[in-house]
Amino acid sequence: MEERIIGQVNRVNGPVIEAAGVSDAMMLELVRVGEVRLVGEIIKLAGDRAIIQVYEDTTGIAPGDNIFGSGSPLFVELGPGLIGTIYDGIQRPLERILKLSGNFIERGIRTPSLDREKKWLFRPAELAVGAEVSGGAVIGTVQETERVEQRILLPPDVKGTLKSLAVEGQYTVEETVALVETESGERGIAMMQRWPIRTPRPVAERLPVNRPLITGQRVIDTLFPVARGGAVAIPGGFGTGKTMIQHAIAKWCDAEIIVYIGCGERGNEMTDVLSEFPKLIDPRTGGSLMERTVLIANTSNMPVSAREASIYTGVTLAEYYRDQGFDVAVMADSTSRWAEALRELSGRMEEMPAEEGFPAYLPTRIAEFYERAGAMTTLAGQNGSVSIIGAVSPPGGDFSEPVTQHTKRFVRCFWALDRQLANARHYPAISWLESYSEYLDEVTPWWEQAVGSSWTSDRSEILELLHREVRLQQVVKLVGPDALPDSQRFIIEVCTLFKNAFLQQNAFDDIDRYSTAEKQTRMLQIILTYWRRGAEAIRRGMTLVRLRRMKVLQDIVKMKFTIDNEDLGALDKLAARLERSLDQLEAIYEE
Amino acid sequence: MKSRSSPEDLEAAQKRLLAGREYIGVDRIEGPLVFVRNTHPVGYRDLAECVDSKGETRLGIVLDTSTETVVLQIFAGTSGLTMPETHVRFRGEPHTVQVSERMLGRVFNGLGRPIDGGPSPAGGEELDVNGRPINPTAREYPRDFIQTGISAIDGMNTLIRGQKLPIFSGNGLPHNTLAAQVARQARIRGQESRFAVVFAAMGVKHDVARFFIDSFEQSGVLENVALFLSLADDPSIERLITPRTALTLAEYLAFSRDMHVLVIMTDMSNYCEALREVSTIRGEIPSRKGYPGYLYSDLAEIYERSGMLKGFPGSITQMPILTMPNDDISHPIPDLTGYITEGQIVFEREMHARGIYPPVAGLPSLSRLMKDGIGEGMTREDHPHLASQLFAAYSYVKDVRNLASVIGEEELTPLDHQYLEFGETFERKFVSQSKTEDRTIEETLELGWRSLSLLAVEELHRVSEEEIEKYYRP
Ligand SMILES: Nc1ncnc2c1ncn2[C@@H]1O[C@H](COP(=O)(O)OP(=O)(O)OP(=O)(O)O)[C@@H](O)[C@H]1O
Ligand SMILES: [Mg+2]
Repeated sequence: MEERIIGQVNRVNGPVIEAAGVSDAMMLELVRVGEVRLVGEIIKLAGDRAIIQVYEDTTGIAPGDNIFGSGSPLFVELGPGLIGTIYDGIQRPLERILKLSGNFIERGIRTPSLDREKKWLFRPAELAVGAEVSGGAVIGTVQETERVEQRILLPPDVKGTLKSLAVEGQYTVEETVALVETESGERGIAMMQRWPIRTPRPVAERLPVNRPLITGQRVIDTLFPVARGGAVAIPGGFGTGKTMIQHAIAKWCDAEIIVYIGCGERGNEMTDVLSEFPKLIDPRTGGSLMERTVLIANTSNMPVSAREASIYTGVTLAEYYRDQGFDVAVMADSTSRWAEALRELSGRMEEMPAEEGFPAYLPTRIAEFYERAGAMTTLAGQNGSVSIIGAVSPPGGDFSEPVTQHTKRFVRCFWALDRQLANARHYPAISWLESYSEYLDEVTPWWEQAVGSSWTSDRSEILELLHREVRLQQVVKLVGPDALPDSQRFIIEVCTLFKNAFLQQNAFDDIDRYSTAEKQTRMLQIILTYWRRGAEAIRRGMTLVRLRRMKVLQDIVKMKFTIDNEDLGALDKLAARLERSLDQLEAIYEE
Repeated sequence: MKSRSSPEDLEAAQKRLLAGREYIGVDRIEGPLVFVRNTHPVGYRDLAECVDSKGETRLGIVLDTSTETVVLQIFAGTSGLTMPETHVRFRGEPHTVQVSERMLGRVFNGLGRPIDGGPSPAGGEELDVNGRPINPTAREYPRDFIQTGISAIDGMNTLIRGQKLPIFSGNGLPHNTLAAQVARQARIRGQESRFAVVFAAMGVKHDVARFFIDSFEQSGVLENVALFLSLADDPSIERLITPRTALTLAEYLAFSRDMHVLVIMTDMSNYCEALREVSTIRGEIPSRKGYPGYLYSDLAEIYERSGMLKGFPGSITQMPILTMPNDDISHPIPDLTGYITEGQIVFEREMHARGIYPPVAGLPSLSRLMKDGIGEGMTREDHPHLASQLFAAYSYVKDVRNLASVIGEEELTPLDHQYLEFGETFERKFVSQSKTEDRTIEETLELGWRSLSLLAVEELHRVSEEEIEKYYRP
């Protein structure tokens, strides 16, 4: 790309640089600063001044240093080679950087996001030369990983007549594989395209959501389901389990592509993903989990402004796969660090702060980000979706702070993590009182179709019990459990069982780490059978002590660990045993 | 020979020239900050030297630079500086420190200058104190169990080599005693390895420093310890550089000298206050409680300088200590620390009052790296389940105690009484130990099972049948 000097540094204040003598520069233009060529972006233009946010450490940059314009906005490269790669916040491949600069990241490194040398087997689509084609059309495919067949799309702005299409063969991402005669002349199309990260990629139409994203986490799927194309926030104080939930979903959910954004979090957590995912087997395809995953890592010790960009980088990659007709899930951990990056940059630009130092445009930015989620009809007429699951790290674990509050306005599903539950090692620490999902109605038909029409009523029944238990616990706290009649103590009993046997899910257990929809439903039904028949028995005079002593309960508590997802028969047997035990008890009683 | 006018040579010559240029008189002095106008172009975060009227040189770094004004932060403070008589030189390079293995056994100030009367240690390398971010792909995920000999840590909040595990304490609680005990007793079982302790003191009293030095001396490890002291009566701004200097040495020892380094930093609260001081003087918009919005990122730059690298035998394990203002864990300092570190050991004043040492709170304490470092082949196969069961039972104890405080102990069910008894034993026998007691992991686990054995077997949901068979002794 052509480089031109667009001005000189006038002031350096952390990641924010003020430039003077700027004449020909473009808003949001990608620039390079100083002889080391630090990557930056123009975020404000006024007179001959420009404000630049720099994505690398600005140590050593001095007034008078040159600023070079690139002529284009900050973009990502899209094409084969994304899957399985770990990028920094501005899509530089970290493994390449390791080779170039060693264990510690140097500044000013320039390396392409997609490998320019590697050849991919391109298979042309069945398109006749002379066909009318437009943006989003599939012109061919590349087997990107064993699992992902990438569809090569015409860039959204191309429209015209197909003049030629490459034959099946090995091509690099830059080689022309198609020629299109457009209004402005002939255009060569390569497998790689570029897209500015701050602009959502176009779609034909936004669709209503209607399918759940099955995460394999019981408390989520059964109580607070998220739809494919939905947006969720997971707020929680430190150590309450946000990252663990996101890792679990990234591993086991039924999306086809995962984009995992580590934004301002720990280096070791990214290393954990890098070392663990390749070894884990995807239960749906038998391939490695890394074969559907792209990682964006901007850890907390990397420059702050790249944190701001990393979120957009990630979601743009997600949209690219959505445009190919995939269901994509984006994990963003943590959006609070992104919001704080906005705050820091805004503060350094001396903008007027609104709440707690955050800029007034914070809600707009949050809304724009979550709006990039959705189920869509792509330009080529296929369906694809982007689901966004964003962690929020409220200071002091207090949800009344601005980032949590504004996020709540723009997501429809809220998994509130509870400090008390986390301290008691009840994981996932998703509070059943504070969480909600507005996707429930939309995903109910799918569930009823998949596991039976009682799903909705079963779910409400257990939720209602949980709410009744809270009130009963308040009584217990005042007067002790003995003051309650057996019928009410039984509610507490059943809820305790439900929490231990169902809600708690151990991410480190080989069997418990995820549950299929069927397993979840059967587990819930077993617990509800205990509740319904037990409550009835107590009404008829049975004591709680006897019910509790049933040996089968020991196995019910452990069913999550002992019974495989595939082994539904074992769950049926367990259910039958429970029924028999109850029969026997009742029989004794009836005598 | 290279041609004389090559651009690099010219640039170097120009740099030397500018570094020698001295500005006489400054324009403003405010707190630890010095403002100089009309300088040559000065690089952001470059090192500067301020010479006062007595000829003493004080180091500072550039916090803000523009064509009009350069803002310097002076580590030694500005007291005694005058506007007309202060001379300023800009070195044209970032702040570096000379680090070497010879620094072990020595005492330095926060900038890395010897204060033990000895000479400046020679050799080694000259490194940027700010370091560079570790590439996440270069990291090796930490998994090696460190036996500290302390049951509350080894059993329940296991420390892993390369972890950053802070102690959240309060004034008057025995955090120093515990940190010193960990430093003395920590080892990897079945392995002899080269280890070092890097100790950074920020704003603590002389007797705290003395306590650590004595403790290291008594256990005969002092020659493996480098101390960086910026004590309560030293200028507060020096605290901002102290952990960075210390970590620069730690990185060198770990990754150039293959050592296992334990870094103890105390008290991070004093560090944060110094940061707040500078931020306030600069008129920055504060976030919570007056602390700057970048406190998180700033702390992360420090805490993330820990871990292991692929293909390198060394490691950096951090144990920062901080006192929670008002014992409030939601205060920005512990809160932001908890968001960065890999768990936390939380002290509880009430346990301390009951004479339990170490007063490690059962529930809020957490080691996030524990999961990969315990179990078969690392500690013992029953460890994960045992710890999980102890947590669950102890959490129930807390509920029962609350209930008992309302309705009276007499009203409790027999089961709840069992739990109370378990709680007592767990705290008195398992958590509690003497300041010199070094328990093996087997002893720790045995004590754990002994407390669990006070509960009925039906209460044990988190341990397996086989484990009950093998270890449960009612
Ligand atoms: N489902 C789970 N199963 C087992 N352990 C869990 C689970 N969820 C959380 N934990 C435990 O809680 C610890 C903290 O979880 P996690 O790292 O996800 O917290 P976080 O909310 O992301 O914290 P931070 O905001 O500081 O990043 C984990 O290291 C693990 O020990
Ligand atoms: Mg996290």
